[in-house]
Amino acid sequence: MKTFLLRRLLALIPLLIAVTFITQALLVASPGNYLSTLMESPTVSGELIEQLKKEYHLESENVFVRYWYWLTEAVQGNFGYSFKYQMPVWRLIWERLFNTLLLAVAALVISWGFAIPLGVLAAVKRNTWVDKLIGFFSFFGLSIPSVFFSLLMVLFAAKTGWFPIDGMRDQIYWDEFTPLEKVRDVLWHLTLPALVLGTIAMAQYMRQMRSEMIETLSQDYIRTARAKGLSRRRVLFRHALGNAINPIITLFGFSFASLLTGAVLTETVFSWPGMGRLTVEALFAKDEPLVMASVVLLTVMLVLGSLISDVLLAVIDPRIRLQKQ
Amino acid sequence: MSIRRDEREAVIEKGGGEPVVAKLPPASAVDELIEEGAERTARGRSPRQILWLKLRRNRTAMAGLYILAALYLGAILAGFISPYDYSRINQENGFHPPMLTRIHIFDDEGGLSRPFVYGIKVTDPTAKGYAGYEEDKSAKHPIRFFVRGDDYHILWVIRSNIHLFGVDEPGRVYLFGTDIFGRDTFSRIMYGSQISLSVGIVGIIISTVLAMIVGGVAGYMGRLTDFMSMRIVEVLLALPSLYLLLVLRKAFGDELTSVQSYLLIIIITSMIGMASEARVIRGMVLSLKEQEYVIAARALGFSKARIIARHILPNTLSFVIVTATMTVPFYILNEVALSFLGVGIQEPEASWGNMLKEAQNVGYLTSFTWVLVPGIFIFIAVMAWNFLGDGLRDAADPRTLS
Repeated sequence: MKTFLLRRLLALIPLLIAVTFITQALLVASPGNYLSTLMESPTVSGELIEQLKKEYHLESENVFVRYWYWLTEAVQGNFGYSFKYQMPVWRLIWERLFNTLLLAVAALVISWGFAIPLGVLAAVKRNTWVDKLIGFFSFFGLSIPSVFFSLLMVLFAAKTGWFPIDGMRDQIYWDEFTPLEKVRDVLWHLTLPALVLGTIAMAQYMRQMRSEMIETLSQDYIRTARAKGLSRRRVLFRHALGNAINPIITLFGFSFASLLTGAVLTETVFSWPGMGRLTVEALFAKDEPLVMASVVLLTVMLVLGSLISDVLLAVIDPRIRLQKQ
Repeated sequence: MSIRRDEREAVIEKGGGEPVVAKLPPASAVDELIEEGAERTARGRSPRQILWLKLRRNRTAMAGLYILAALYLGAILAGFISPYDYSRINQENGFHPPMLTRIHIFDDEGGLSRPFVYGIKVTDPTAKGYAGYEEDKSAKHPIRFFVRGDDYHILWVIRSNIHLFGVDEPGRVYLFGTDIFGRDTFSRIMYGSQISLSVGIVGIIISTVLAMIVGGVAGYMGRLTDFMSMRIVEVLLALPSLYLLLVLRKAFGDELTSVQSYLLIIIITSMIGMASEARVIRGMVLSLKEQEYVIAARALGFSKARIIARHILPNTLSFVIVTATMTVPFYILNEVALSFLGVGIQEPEASWGNMLKEAQNVGYLTSFTWVLVPGIFIFIAVMAWNFLGDGLRDAADPRTLS
């Protein structure tokens, strides 16, 4: 296990270098930089621009020079200051990362909490109306674009007034809230975006769960277990579910990663202050240090996601030995 | 085992024993034989016929197919079906509510008449929406078919100004309402479908061709080619795709025409989408190239390109078709995402994504709910592709052969 983890983490290094280099190259290639918008304003003098250029290390248009500069700083843990927010990139990102993780975890709980029982139910009640209803529901979740679903939810919130339409905390009374009220307020704001992301993710896992379960239920050892006179429930949960769930676990890490990156649109619609929106805004504002740091973090998250699922799989399935891989 | 060969003969030497000498038929005859063999499979039906037969029995898949046929036909005939041009602005009719429910078939006396709409009376120019307009009962505009209106062309070739339906001036028919500039939402959706729906088809063709080339060559050649292309594919897979898309899109600057950014979206998305497909195809090629018929083709002295293209890749085709169908929604949704974030198709051109952008304003969203109509179309299109893809996957699955 240890060697496996170590090897996977070491493989992350060339990947990160490739990813950040591509990002840097594209950022340099894109016309204009953060200063070009400043230059248009008549109150900003040419001297100031020159000074800022030095300060931000934007003087060279050579990708390798710029990347080398960024890399030497980054390996020392210095990811620089955000141009736009004028604060250390990491502080900015940590704050947003928490919000995004909160959203992702809530969506995960919703999607997995429903996907597994519903998938099993659909498989057991195969070809009945229950199965068809669940099947229809999963097609719905698979096909609805997250933008459209989010907008529908905003419309619902605005029309009924039951849920807040944007942000993650109350704009007016936040400071007067007791800690408990604060938690309640955030959860209240969290409900709709988490529901959107959760439903969309749920559809996929439910289908997967159903087909795995059907496959497992047709195996010989299930028939043997039934023939032994074990109760239906015991066969289902002890023998079938344990085996059917394995391939689903691989999806787990992947789902976590896709929630992190796939949440951009939902975050935008709900004005949720998460990583996705931060990155997109940074990109639009050409806030280079912020973009680079976000890309690093997102890539690490993606890799960690798949790593987690590999480890989970090894823990659950005794047949899998990570050392051999 | 070693193979020596010249124009008309091949000598195959195995360790020990007499070498086997084989007379070589001309290359074209071999291809004919292969094709014949493909047609004469189980029960006298080719795999493709079996696929089609199984697909036809799947009702949801066929429903998806019909919906898609209708949508794509609508996209081709957009100019004809929509009553107005997508960029026709009518400032005084901004955010007019949908008229779909206001097509009357009973006249004032309660008698049956041909379908008509009433004129538009502006009651409150600042309010717009349901609060700002009323039906002007004094003016009746019957809906006419094949009326003359704005110029359009179909597939760049046929120019015309005859529209499927419309009303006489000064009447207006806004089936799904209008946007902030008073442009007809229905017409914009029809025109928008040309962009939003074709992105999927064109994108999938490019990425499939790329994936087959990369996967095929990497799998067959092995060694360094394989190593290099798979590392590139891995990087592509590891990148968070939507961000890559945005960074790439940004790298080309903001002042792109709609045609340029349309092409850019397609190219970028298919580059990203190609990665996972290429990896699977490579895996299939790795096992296929050990098959006897491939060794036979090699013994016959066919070139590598020929073996990859004619003997190996056709065998991955059913997988390729199924994955291609199932990933079309990915392209459609990417266009929507980019246009929604403002880096895709630019105004005044219409796409389903940039039309949805209007709904981001909560005020518009709540008062003028019809700004969400493009979303319904995206949903339907994606759903239909999913139905079809699912049906194709089941049909291509040999385990369901009955």
